[in-house]
Amino acid sequence: MKDPTKNVQEDNVTTDQNWISICALEDLPCNAGVAALLHADTPRETQIALFRTSANDAVYAISNFDPFSEANVLSRGILCSIGEQLAVASPVLKEHFNLATGQCFEDESVSIATFPVKIADGNVLVAG
Amino acid sequence: MSNKQRVLVIGNGMVGHKFLEAMVNSPQYSAFEVTTFCEESRIAYDRVHLSEFFCGRSADDLSLVEPGYYEQHGIRVLLGDKAVSIDRSAKTVTSEKGEVLSYDKLVLATGSFPFVPPIPGHDRDNCFVYRTIDDLEDMQAAAKNSKVGAVIGGGLLGLEAAKALVDLGLETHVIEFAPRLMAVQIDDGGGAMLRQKIEDLGVKVHLGMNTQNIGDGDERFHKMSFADGSEIETDMLLFSAGIRPQDALARDCKLELGERGGIVVNDHCQTSDPDVYAIGECAMWSGRIYGLVAPGYKMAQVACDHINAEDNAFSGADMSTKLKLMGIDVASIGDAHANTPNAKEYTYVNGTEEIYKKIVVSADNTRLLGAVLVGDAADYGTLLQMALNDIPLPEFPDALILPQRDGNGATGMGVDMLPDGAQICSCNDVTKGQLCQAVSDGATVLGDLTLATNAGTSCGGCKTLVGQVLNNELEKMGLEVNTDICEHFPHTRQELYHLVRVGEIKTFSDLLAQHGSGYGCDICKPTAASILASCWNDYVLEPEHLGLQDTNDRYLGNMQKDGTYSIVPRIAGGEITPEKLIVLGEVGKKYNLYTKVTGGQRIDLFGARLEQLPQIWKELVDAGFETGHAYGKSLRTVKSCVGSTWCRYGQNDSVALALQIEHRYKGLRSPHKIKSAVSGCTRECAEAQSKDVGIIATESGWNMYVCGNGGMRPRHADLFATDLDTETLIKYTDRFLMFYVQTADRLQRTSTWMDNMDGGVDYLREVIISDSLGIGEKLEAEMAKVIDTYQCEWKTTIDDEEKVLMFRPFINSNKADSNVVFVEERGQIRPARKDEKELVSA
Repeated sequence: MKDPTKNVQEDNVTTDQNWISICALEDLPCNAGVAALLHADTPRETQIALFRTSANDAVYAISNFDPFSEANVLSRGILCSIGEQLAVASPVLKEHFNLATGQCFEDESVSIATFPVKIADGNVLVAG
Repeated sequence: MSNKQRVLVIGNGMVGHKFLEAMVNSPQYSAFEVTTFCEESRIAYDRVHLSEFFCGRSADDLSLVEPGYYEQHGIRVLLGDKAVSIDRSAKTVTSEKGEVLSYDKLVLATGSFPFVPPIPGHDRDNCFVYRTIDDLEDMQAAAKNSKVGAVIGGGLLGLEAAKALVDLGLETHVIEFAPRLMAVQIDDGGGAMLRQKIEDLGVKVHLGMNTQNIGDGDERFHKMSFADGSEIETDMLLFSAGIRPQDALARDCKLELGERGGIVVNDHCQTSDPDVYAIGECAMWSGRIYGLVAPGYKMAQVACDHINAEDNAFSGADMSTKLKLMGIDVASIGDAHANTPNAKEYTYVNGTEEIYKKIVVSADNTRLLGAVLVGDAADYGTLLQMALNDIPLPEFPDALILPQRDGNGATGMGVDMLPDGAQICSCNDVTKGQLCQAVSDGATVLGDLTLATNAGTSCGGCKTLVGQVLNNELEKMGLEVNTDICEHFPHTRQELYHLVRVGEIKTFSDLLAQHGSGYGCDICKPTAASILASCWNDYVLEPEHLGLQDTNDRYLGNMQKDGTYSIVPRIAGGEITPEKLIVLGEVGKKYNLYTKVTGGQRIDLFGARLEQLPQIWKELVDAGFETGHAYGKSLRTVKSCVGSTWCRYGQNDSVALALQIEHRYKGLRSPHKIKSAVSGCTRECAEAQSKDVGIIATESGWNMYVCGNGGMRPRHADLFATDLDTETLIKYTDRFLMFYVQTADRLQRTSTWMDNMDGGVDYLREVIISDSLGIGEKLEAEMAKVIDTYQCEWKTTIDDEEKVLMFRPFINSNKADSNVVFVEERGQIRPARKDEKELVSA
């Protein structure tokens, strides 16, 4: 499996984004997802899904909102590899989303937001 | 009066019904008004499998007609009424009840009646014929006061009748005038082998016997006296000495008959009156009467097509036949007696295994003319196709019947050699070409193929051949039959199961490292989770198993469309105390859950958010509930009726058995969900015949049904074993379920699992009941392990604070998901629609 640059994409962090500390890395279950809340109780409140995979020892963050079922459920999906790419399968109707790009595998016209992640001092930080 | 064409059918047997079906399926059906006489008190049923009536199949099971079929298609049925005369010039038929019916086209499907030889005493009490369900019920009643039964006639039907006597528990005699059994279909060698095998089963066979008189017996009710001076005493006597066409109506209205009876028909099945047709066993075509169902079905289609002005003709039928008599395979093909001039024979006799095989070949040794098989009829399909399609014989034709002991497989022919027109399924007239077409249209597994074409759905004799055609076509299409479960494992589920079991693999990462590649996916991970659970039964939320679970298993609830969960506590057998019912009501009220009674006699509580699950379950567990596994591919529920404890009709305690079964198998992870039910009597209030394992109480034990299901493609369960005691029932259920868990494909229900099995329910009986694979005890031991390691997953979860943390809504916040919104409907909550959510947030 190729290493998708550890997906620490600091260069992609735009000016209105900040690194937000979410939790300790060791609090994330391995090869499974959890949901996290960014900007709670503000107009920018956003749900993300965080996945820590042993495939390349990386952490990914994507939107938690499944556009097909319109429910916040992607953190509860199963992680997959499709060829060389990592994806999560929606637990509702099983569409797959690329963890690195947010692209849906079943429907080209659908993609979801992804968020830069970095690990610092054993903490997981997400830019948002 | 409508201007529809009036079609009147006399006779609602198998062939009469086939004709009605053909009419319903014809394109101009709406232009006809169809009426049928049904002299018996029951509409069409399966006479071929009549003897199964005595091993537990009910009259309803034997019915050929889906309930409501005739009503739905506007067919008028004159049930219990009988046609007494036909006026061909007025084109009317008068019934026994005095009704006069006009017709434009009349179809005679009157069938045949059993011939009773005019032996003095043939009309004594306790003498029966074997033709209708009413006959069987009379026999059943008489058998209660009988010890000995005798059948006069050792032909195909006589042996079926003898089986019925054996099933009724009588000492059984078969008396045949000819010097061998099944004289029409098989030769002396085959007859001798058949006799030996039948006598092994305790039936006494008397050949070359000429019955002279039936009178009062000394010990038993009747005494039969024979020409050679010998005597046999019996309580019951059954006549099965051949059939005669039921042609009285035709005779009275002066239709042309054959010299020895039978209504003469042409290639369109028209009688000497072009507006009157005759089909099935009452019809004589080209001097012959066909006593088998397949030619009758063909005639039904031909008559229907002719009435619809479509092209079709009856051109005779092959009388080859394969059947199982008392569990013994017997088959006869073509010229079984080598009557063709200069025909030659090859014979194989195996005295140890009691197998007899003979082939008849042409004088030049290049074509197969006929065959007789007794004890092993596996080659029937191949041999029949060779004979019917004039396929050249291999260089050494005896190779076709000699056993293959070098492991090279049969030397016969490949199905590839068959022409497209070759008829593979004779019951439903399906050709090889039609099968190939269905395969290329996408029916690429056996179950789909039989469903799409009906091939193999009647007698099942052609199923092996259908499977061969399927594989051959797939191969030709370049479609390698890829049975890998996904891109990460080059294995089937069954193979993975064995790899896990044999290699004692305990985690997915080990399985992937040893036998797979990549990272896994939403196909192989839950499959592996299920296999690991079936084998080792670890707690499913252990860190190494967590990521493998489908969301339902991971959060031990059933996810609904809005991401909330429903909760189904176990209510084994549907039995619940008022106190517990109140607890469910209180929990539902407290957490504002939508409550609904399920089809499996449980209560489902909907609308729980992730973070509420542990709290709710704590209250349920404290009140004595345990998880219902409604979220798992596992045993769900064992439904029951109230049984003999309360019911006036109950034969046995169905609730107690349902509780026992549900508690025994709860938590068993399987390829798909498993359902069961127990009914306390044959009224079947628990609908056990729609379950994977269905049990119905009888006077003397339990009848066990397997492989039924409801859902998208409902399927009735097959009767598997009868009158079992509870211990044997549990033993068979242990073996059955574990064999399913080990060998089924992912998400394959028991019905498709069995339908795809070569040999179907018979094979399954061999494995489970006769233990033909020698794995019975192993299966039981593996099941015992699952039962011993059962835990309530919810109890384990709420007792472990770290596990409870996994149910937090967010890893960094305890705020509830603002996207979960409910509105009220009929006094309860339901998920809000998008427009309603927008209103709420506005």
